[in-house]
Amino acid sequence: MRTISFDGVIIGGGGAGMRAALQLAQSGYKTAVISKVFPTRSHTVSAQGGITCAIASADPQDDWRWHMYDTVKGSDYIGDQDAIEYMCSVGPEAIFELEHMGLPFSRTDEGRIYQRPFGGQSKNFGEGGQAARTCAAADRTGHALLHTLYQNNIKNETVFFNEWFAADLVKNQDGAVVGVIAICIETGETVYVKSKATVFATGGAGRIYASTTNAHINTGDGMGMALRAGVPAQDMEMWQFHPTGIYGAGTLVTEGCRGEGGYLINKDGERFMERYAPNAKDLAGRDVVARSMVLEILEGRGCGPNGDHVKLKLDHLGEEVLESRLPGICELSRTFAHVDPVKEPIPVVPTCHYMMGGIPTNVHGQALTVDAGGDDAVIPGLYACGEVACVSVHGANRLGGNSLLDLVVFGRASGLFIEKSLREGIELRDASQTDIEAAGDRLNALNERESGEQVAPLRHELQEIMQNHFGVFRTGEFMREGIKKLADLRERVENVALADRSSAFNTSRIECLELQNLFETAEATAIVAEARDESRGAHAREDFTERDDENWLCHSLYFSENKKVAKRGVNFTPNTVETFQPKARSY
Amino acid sequence: MLQVSLYRYNPETDDAPFMQDFAVETGGRDLMVLDVLELIKAEHDGSVTYRRSCREGVCGSDGLNMNGKNGLACITPLSDTVKHGRLVIRPLPGLPVIRDLVVDMSLFYAQYEKIQPYLQNPTPAPTIERLQSPEERAQLDGLYECILCACCSTSCPSFWWNPDRFVGPAGLLQAYRFLADSRDTATEDRLSKLEDPFSVFRCHGIQNCVNVCPKGLNPTKAIGHIRTMLLNRAT
Repeated sequence: MRTISFDGVIIGGGGAGMRAALQLAQSGYKTAVISKVFPTRSHTVSAQGGITCAIASADPQDDWRWHMYDTVKGSDYIGDQDAIEYMCSVGPEAIFELEHMGLPFSRTDEGRIYQRPFGGQSKNFGEGGQAARTCAAADRTGHALLHTLYQNNIKNETVFFNEWFAADLVKNQDGAVVGVIAICIETGETVYVKSKATVFATGGAGRIYASTTNAHINTGDGMGMALRAGVPAQDMEMWQFHPTGIYGAGTLVTEGCRGEGGYLINKDGERFMERYAPNAKDLAGRDVVARSMVLEILEGRGCGPNGDHVKLKLDHLGEEVLESRLPGICELSRTFAHVDPVKEPIPVVPTCHYMMGGIPTNVHGQALTVDAGGDDAVIPGLYACGEVACVSVHGANRLGGNSLLDLVVFGRASGLFIEKSLREGIELRDASQTDIEAAGDRLNALNERESGEQVAPLRHELQEIMQNHFGVFRTGEFMREGIKKLADLRERVENVALADRSSAFNTSRIECLELQNLFETAEATAIVAEARDESRGAHAREDFTERDDENWLCHSLYFSENKKVAKRGVNFTPNTVETFQPKARSY
Repeated sequence: MLQVSLYRYNPETDDAPFMQDFAVETGGRDLMVLDVLELIKAEHDGSVTYRRSCREGVCGSDGLNMNGKNGLACITPLSDTVKHGRLVIRPLPGLPVIRDLVVDMSLFYAQYEKIQPYLQNPTPAPTIERLQSPEERAQLDGLYECILCACCSTSCPSFWWNPDRFVGPAGLLQAYRFLADSRDTATEDRLSKLEDPFSVFRCHGIQNCVNVCPKGLNPTKAIGHIRTMLLNRAT
């Protein structure tokens, strides 16, 4: 097997990966991005409404501390306050950098970046009414962001391994991460990519659910690799169901629709969010809106012949606003819902959207585990940023527009920290031949297996289990049934068979490897969801309907080798502001 | 039952490409072409090879030639493309085929990189954003939305003929995206790199690019603007 060496290697060519890569490439270090798709095909491209940040354009008085307050409250108090402080305070600088790189933001009459209202936003620590803090490029902000980052990586001559798939982590005898085993999809060649710093920016795993806004490629590859390598996963029970996925198709309709004045209606045409969130109404936290929608449906006020969805009304905004502010939504709605939002409401339903959990990291992107004494311990050589990481700035519920900020700020922070570490000198022992071979075991087993089940039906089965047993509302008994079904599925997934043994652009092989990553992610989700016997943020238990701060004002940590769940403290000590104390969360 | 005819080619086993037929049960639904490919891969033949990612028309992975017209498989409903119950799917024309419906897009990307697709402005940036009026920003509409799917360039006879020398509609659309940006100061340099007889002037206004763009963009119009800028500069 060939070895290719870099100072820093980034797995994933989405927003987080390309921001980290840009930082490192600018510093002159030999940097590579391994991406299983051409970078602009990454899922960041689908982000619509914007990137939330207190740049004080819409409101000159805006303050990053207000954004911090909203984010802590949105997280239902298990977001780490030092990380949220870092994200909200560094955010404006990171946004202005993007603008200077050329990102085509929409503009105000003053020529500044246009900002729109999004859910969970307030002025003056919840006392000053709705804020407008989400910076937007029409409703194509992710596309504009991703292309801008790719363009600037071209400018800075980052090395791209496009359509290469990272299969597993290589660890040395000290347990440090020293690179990955990667496959060139076009030729089938397998290589050892050696690196002093390995950054996971592999994105989410929404494809563990049958109904998701996520791209086909969101298969939890980083989670799978991490869990197999003994890295813990944090807060995996926390999955965001976006209120407005298009009914039937699952494609996303931005929260910006409600930010611009759209609202949800039930079959009677009632604006039902007024009942659930009298102040914020349709701009309450996403978890709150998603649950309210499901309750409307369960109580018989859903729309359509099966009463299984609600509708998003936009026509009152007028054609001009819709075509200028939400052109992409008009297009998606016409294509996937066969509805013209200028004339009629869009059928929508809560749809799996975002993984709040992930690989625990500090604000520098360093991956963490716990030592024998239960204290945080850095895993040498491994970093994570973006959706695969759990810093944690989103806690139990992410606010709209905070995912793009997260990936830009922490992609950048990871790059900065690695640059500094490289300058100071990173000494990691080389992996032995045995270490490298061990990392190739899973791939070799797949390549050599003669019989087994096919990938598509297994994937379908997994997605149905997650959809049915671990959805918006959860109960212990039903989840335990789901966990048992997953346990039965594990061996079948481990023994999945190739439908195609070719070396040339073998997508069947990649799908098998992805399925195993999906499975690891799903099982972690299931086991931790059953363990957290309270309701908090996106995790809503019908058998434990209250938030339990006494026992669960903490992160969950999942260890795959023994399938055990542990607790990890939340950071309540920001550096420059007073702690935001937990209180009842209402909108 | 839908009759689908797929272009197949595996460089390891096939001497030449061939067409393979599949009878696909759609249940009368007006599926997207990508859904049909997923059905074929899941239920008929797991070796069928194509690219896909977002499945909502924004990532540009699944540009294909469907019943003779380029488009994105994920946002092309059967009702828009199927004729007489038959769907013929081929890779995008004019680029080397790697396998089945997957083409080698290196030439396409090289043309994109050639136009220096990044903002250039050496003046020190302010501590906030560079200001840009809504009118100036509106100049970028219809340009920045390109998803690099290559439907346009691979439908262009001039690009088929000179893919190494003619930048092609996708690259030129992006060239104009930066020429039109009030924040970019490299106009002169950009134009001088485009003034040879091939880069821009191989466009013959055939407008295939406009007809196939899945995002409704108009590369021909952008090319027209570049020509005007080049001609104004020459006189």
